[in-house]
Amino acid sequence: MRIADLSARLERLGSAVTAHVWRLGFASRFLFYLVMHSGTALRRFRLTIAEIYFAGVLSLIIILVSGLFVGMVLALQGYETLQRFGASESLGVLVALSLVRELGPVVAGLLFASRAGSAITAEIGLMKATEQLSAMEMMAVDPIARVVAPRFWGGVLSMPLLAALFSAMGIFGGYIVGVQLIGVDAGAFWSQMQAAVDLRNDILNGVIKSVVFGIAVTWIAVFEGYDAPPTAEGVSRATTRTVVTSSLAILALDFILTALMFTGGTHQ
Amino acid sequence: MEIRKLSFGYDPKRPVLRDIDLAIERGAVVGIMGQSGCGKTTLLRVIMGALRATAGEARVLGHATKDLDSEALYAMRRKMGMLFQFGALFTDMSVYENVAFPLLEHAALPDELLNDLVMMKLHAVGLRGAAHLTPTELSGGMARRVALARSIALDPQLILYDEPFTGLDPISFGVIVRLIRELNDSLGATSIIVTHDVQEALGVVDYVYFMAEGRVIAQGTPDEIRASAEPFVRQFVNGTSEGPVPFDYPAPAYDADLELTASVPEPVASH
Repeated sequence: MRIADLSARLERLGSAVTAHVWRLGFASRFLFYLVMHSGTALRRFRLTIAEIYFAGVLSLIIILVSGLFVGMVLALQGYETLQRFGASESLGVLVALSLVRELGPVVAGLLFASRAGSAITAEIGLMKATEQLSAMEMMAVDPIARVVAPRFWGGVLSMPLLAALFSAMGIFGGYIVGVQLIGVDAGAFWSQMQAAVDLRNDILNGVIKSVVFGIAVTWIAVFEGYDAPPTAEGVSRATTRTVVTSSLAILALDFILTALMFTGGTHQ
Repeated sequence: MEIRKLSFGYDPKRPVLRDIDLAIERGAVVGIMGQSGCGKTTLLRVIMGALRATAGEARVLGHATKDLDSEALYAMRRKMGMLFQFGALFTDMSVYENVAFPLLEHAALPDELLNDLVMMKLHAVGLRGAAHLTPTELSGGMARRVALARSIALDPQLILYDEPFTGLDPISFGVIVRLIRELNDSLGATSIIVTHDVQEALGVVDYVYFMAEGRVIAQGTPDEIRASAEPFVRQFVNGTSEGPVPFDYPAPAYDADLELTASVPEPVASH
């Protein structure tokens, strides 16, 4: 009896693993097909610009406000720690490096997943549920090329810009709290930041992260929408899955990328 | 359009369509009728080329759909129009943009010509004045008419209707019936209507195929169908619950389901 029970559990585990691997393969083929059929989205760039507006411009408020607050909190927390070592002049460096290398791409990515990713999934899922995608196919228009690809590229292009704006806003928040409120010397704040932040090792690595997160989030969002069962419940589950999966993907990818970019401080 | 000995099944052991034979002449309006779940919509999807027959052949507009690659399939679909059950209008576009969509995707037209064409199509369904509205502002019947205008935008040779009468009030219904006939005749097209609204559809079609359990069980002109002696057709046309199609879904004995242990008392005879 126990052996039968155990083997049933193993079977369930095995089938769950197979299903996930199968789905990952399916999603990869979907991405390949999508990239190969991106001609329309790039040739008729107005379609992609409209999606940059929906995914990027409409996410601006949440990104800018969050960036400002994260920067302000960083300055408060950072000052407390730095002044113990008499290094409060380095506040600018701390704020800028934390944002550019880590918090900018990661937090902007998480916000982008919940604001734009969920919207993309819900929109494509509902278009499928109301047969709009089938109707398009019946008009001899490929829905992946016409609907999915512009949304994908719109998201991929928006994400690094949003992460950059998040970091810029955060540095501004750090300046308001650190220099204006606490009274750190403005010259030290900016000049130390300028000297310590490296274009290749800090800014470029941050940009790479945000590009990778943008691809991951938008890929998950468009795939979940396109693959959603065409019912109200199916679309709602797909939307939830987009937010959960892309948040976990961002954190996992962040670790992998940080490990790959890790130099042990030798570049300074 | 011709279909010979066509079979289809998602699972080879349980075919959804079995040995279907259809021949539809150019210019005709043909109804494919039957109960929900009898394979009508599947047949429509095979005609569209969205599903491939497992046996037999479907020749549509001179092409065997089975042999077409996706490019040739798309080329064939440009000559076909399809009206979906609830219209399937693009909700992020206006009525005008919906009708202009197939024209914009397939033809590089100057703006004035595009505008004229869209207005002509909308005029044909009586909704020229609604061009600026969005699909959410339309009633069900109007949305169906806009979808119809969109499906005839490329002047199709074959128009497919998937349950075009579902959920329409009598006035919208009459309008759609009249439009199906008028558009078919003025475009010189062929139309296929898949529906279970038998009485209503019999008034508009030239010929009917009746389907049950994946087979064509009866065919003929509307008058022949009305006079048919086939029990299933009679039950369907008259809409009765008595007949070869049972009202009850198969279930265990009623008293067992109600957990009645005592035997049901005999009715007392009246004196």
